[in-house]
Amino acid sequence: MTAFWTLAPVMVVAALGLLFARKAVHAALCLAVVMISLAVQYAALGAPFLFAVQIIVYTGAIMMLFLFVLMLVGVDTSDSLKETIAGQRLAATVVGLLFGVVAVLAIGQTVTGAVTGLGQANENGNPFGLAELLFGPYVLAFELTSALLITAALGAMVLAHRERLGARASQATLAERRMREYAETGRHPGNPPTPGVYARDNAVDLPARLPDGTSAPDSVSQVLRDRGQVRPAPGAKDPVDPADTTDTGPREVEE
Amino acid sequence: MTEYLSLSLILFTIGAVGVLVRRNAIVVFMCIELMLNATNLALVAFAHQHGNLDGQIAAFFVMVVAAAEVVVGLAIIVSIYRTRRSASVDDADLLKG
Repeated sequence: MTAFWTLAPVMVVAALGLLFARKAVHAALCLAVVMISLAVQYAALGAPFLFAVQIIVYTGAIMMLFLFVLMLVGVDTSDSLKETIAGQRLAATVVGLLFGVVAVLAIGQTVTGAVTGLGQANENGNPFGLAELLFGPYVLAFELTSALLITAALGAMVLAHRERLGARASQATLAERRMREYAETGRHPGNPPTPGVYARDNAVDLPARLPDGTSAPDSVSQVLRDRGQVRPAPGAKDPVDPADTTDTGPREVEE
Repeated sequence: MTEYLSLSLILFTIGAVGVLVRRNAIVVFMCIELMLNATNLALVAFAHQHGNLDGQIAAFFVMVVAAAEVVVGLAIIVSIYRTRRSASVDDADLLKG
């Protein structure tokens, strides 16, 4: 019982973390704690095979899959606190608490006989006993599991597969599109210029300098431009910002 | 025995409330996993109580089915995210009357 009373509070707290964590990654970590603690509980309950399976399947495979999808979908998608149905959160909490209290009270009043323990069932080892059952009376369910797993694998492949709607753009069409853009909007068909290379700086957030002394804003990545993290090129004669033209001394990093 | 069942019920309740309360589809899915795990604990505790391994076999099958379910469910979430750019259950309301 030591394992139980040590781990039960940890498990309940971690499960509550699943309810209250704002970030999905924190919820996933809480769930991993619950699952590893459950594995230890299984070991204490005479189920060493399930202990290993729990660690391998749940904390190994399923949690990895969860984290993988979390990273794919975007870690920043934290829960919104806006309720779409008014009072739903409160109602759900009240109903959940009522269910929990009623169920725990009912369990507390049942009379259970003496614990038999698995000493006799596990006398040849727990995996041996499980195998005798699995390939004996439960063999049909075991065979059906294989069909289920194959169906699940196929289903995941079909669901995650993205059908290409149009033909793939060939090099010729890409070149044609670029030239048409050049004719219509004047956008240069070649590669955009690379960011600036200076005597003291070689950084992606510094624009390159054009021959006439102005800087080329195209040379900095669109992401940095959108974030407003572009630093002025040292000594560039930008008509928009004449203060920078005299700046040839040691440059401070602007925030 | 009773304490194992109580712990299992508490975990199950937390998972059920989580399914009702949380809005992020992935977290809702994790709460479902928590409920499955809670029932597994009850099954293993019953096997310990009665001294035979049928409960452990049932828990084993629950794990297999949960693995298959997670694979398909996460694929659905990924495909929903692709079309709607959101993993919130509130945004998937196309069938609303």
